Amino acid sequence: MAQYRNIFLFAAMALLILLTGFLQSWNSALLILNMGLISAIMSLGVNLQWGFAGLFNVGVMGFVALGGLATVLISMPPVTEAWSAGGLRTLLGLVIGVASLWLTSLAIARLPSGKAKILGIIAGLIVGFFAFRFVFDGGVSAIEAVNPASTGYLGGLGLPILLAWPAGGLLAAGVAWIIGKTALGLRSDYLAIATLGIAEIILAIMKNEDWLARGVKNVIGLPRPVPFEVDLQNNPDFVATASDLGMNAVTASSIYVKLCYAGLFTVVLLLLLWMAQNALRSPWGRMMRAIRDNETSAEAMGKDVTKRHLQIFVLGSAICGIAGAMMTTLDGQLTPAGYQPLRYTFLIWVMVIVGGSGNNFGAVLGGFVIWFFWVQVEPIGGFLMQAITSGMEDGSPLKQHLISSVAHMRLFTMGLILLLVLRFSPKGLIPEK
Amino acid sequence: MDLLNALVALANYVIIPGLAYGSQLALGALGITLIYGVLRFSNFAHGDTMAFGATLSILGTWWLQSMGISFGVLPTALLALPFSILGCIALILITDRAVYRFYRVQKAKPVIFLIVSMGVMFIMNGVVRFIIGPDDRTFSDGQRFIMSAREFKAMTGLKEGLAIKTTQGLTVIAAVIVVAVLFWFLERTRTGKSMRAYADNEDLALLSGINPERVVMVTWMIVAALATIAGTLYGLDKVFKPFTYLLLLLPIFSSAIVGGLGNPVGAIAGGFVIAFSEVTITYAWKKVVTYLVPSEWAPSSLVQLLSTDYKFAVSFSILIIVLLFRPTGLFKGKAY
Repeated sequence: MAQYRNIFLFAAMALLILLTGFLQSWNSALLILNMGLISAIMSLGVNLQWGFAGLFNVGVMGFVALGGLATVLISMPPVTEAWSAGGLRTLLGLVIGVASLWLTSLAIARLPSGKAKILGIIAGLIVGFFAFRFVFDGGVSAIEAVNPASTGYLGGLGLPILLAWPAGGLLAAGVAWIIGKTALGLRSDYLAIATLGIAEIILAIMKNEDWLARGVKNVIGLPRPVPFEVDLQNNPDFVATASDLGMNAVTASSIYVKLCYAGLFTVVLLLLLWMAQNALRSPWGRMMRAIRDNETSAEAMGKDVTKRHLQIFVLGSAICGIAGAMMTTLDGQLTPAGYQPLRYTFLIWVMVIVGGSGNNFGAVLGGFVIWFFWVQVEPIGGFLMQAITSGMEDGSPLKQHLISSVAHMRLFTMGLILLLVLRFSPKGLIPEK
Repeated sequence: MDLLNALVALANYVIIPGLAYGSQLALGALGITLIYGVLRFSNFAHGDTMAFGATLSILGTWWLQSMGISFGVLPTALLALPFSILGCIALILITDRAVYRFYRVQKAKPVIFLIVSMGVMFIMNGVVRFIIGPDDRTFSDGQRFIMSAREFKAMTGLKEGLAIKTTQGLTVIAAVIVVAVLFWFLERTRTGKSMRAYADNEDLALLSGINPERVVMVTWMIVAALATIAGTLYGLDKVFKPFTYLLLLLPIFSSAIVGGLGNPVGAIAGGFVIAFSEVTITYAWKKVVTYLVPSEWAPSSLVQLLSTDYKFAVSFSILIIVLLFRPTGLFKGKAY
């Protein structure tokens, strides 16, 4: 019976997207589908951390943004001029910075406590910091001076952008490992605040370090894994096929491109879903759930709780990084100012909770459902407001205010959905078995 | 070498802004810490509660201004404050009744409360944007400065000016009064004592006949009042923007945790620790250093340790350092 229920839920979701296609346009239906696929992947990642292991990560935005950064670092052509101007110097600066931090941590760990230790730590930090700033700042200003209007950064490796997807996962995994190492031994609320903080810091770095990815000047024109619409429109074969199908070439090309993306995303989602399902059923998944349900007894059985937590934290963050790289690929540009915690952290949480935490299919469904409503609340709300205000006279300030505030209905609706699900169906749409 | 001018510059750019910002953080952190102590969860909706309180103050200010009422040299928002506190208390009590009470009866785990507060955060953020829109609002009126840089220069004959904005002075004074009243309440009154007893040991408090629902209600009322005052003062001093209050969550939580979650004295200390570290580390020290060293040593760079965009990194680093070396905070907090 439960099997049929799940199939019914997914079919209903597919129907909603199809309805969008028939009632609004196929372009917007495919946009919802593509972002829904990406949301489903993010939601899988958070579900791995929360549903499997009970880890409270509210830094999803940071890992998603790191995935976006990876697309620039992998796929953009290197700016050779900038590399020769200050590339090595900047890297050397970073090496000095990391080395001084490492030496200081050595001093903390190794030196016997006393005045010498404190002096060593302070000296290490101060000398290291100024050496770092001296070398690093010079390199950075040299790089940023190179043609600032169009480059002014180091560029990337010039590799195919599909490679950026796993690279985004690796980058997010690396950062997650560092955070996990420091914060996972602490209580769950502290982990929440720590991840909230690290996400803001990652964003601050991406906005301000222009040498890395142009900061708020954005990197536009990322390479694409699928053909460009213009090329398709100039391809006589494509135009002929489109007119055979009774479509105009412009619409057909944009739908074709979106379908290509949808195919790629579906492959990634199915792959990750298959892996997550196997992980859930494996002895490893059983151990994870045992740790989640009772840490003390799992520890008594000889399980290394902190190590397992670190493992799953890194894995979940890596999945968010992959999804972030895919999203930036779809957008074709990296805009660090566009990352907002409500949209990229807390909305993903709503997806996991509504879909059903602890169930991978639930997380995927939640990703689609919540994304659908996130997009469609505005037209629905606009329609409602028109209906409510139809009795008021035109041009009255209240009517204008009500109609213009439709744009803010989304947040309210998302909160309401979250609270209603938590209250009346806390296990979500597809509960954990 | 010009010690006096250096001191004035330091006061003008570091000490006064740090005091005002620290007071705002301390008021916010007090709310977080009280909820943590009594209701035992980290309230993610607190930033947006502050935004809601500030919104009510702005609406009140506009209404009073349209009636032609002003508060002389002080901002009109102060007159609106009592009403916005009442409004915020009403909203919070309704929220508690409609949302949180259900989970309290169930004795849900703290992390469930945390997720629920995420939902409340979304709704409050939506409500604030719905009422007042996403734009910046400046609602500070009355006299802008207690003392302007020009007056100070004329008065002392120094080269460096010292400006104290009305809102800065007001923030510090208001914080002192609020904290004094709060501690009097917690230490001296029967209700305050029962709150502390409940926070210390729930079972024992219940045994001695303390009504838990009443304690929770009083806590929410205090928290709503604190949030409204903190939100309004922050909005007066900087600028009101619905989005900034969500970002304030990080320094506020850092303050509460650094001081020791659940410990009111700690929350105040934590607020000032965080505020002063943010201000000193992101301040460009060029001016102060130039006064202090012989003129040929004067620095050509800004002597800024970190750009102001990294102020979150400062509160975050302090948080991590404290958590690693003293997990219960500077003052002993609770660790459930």
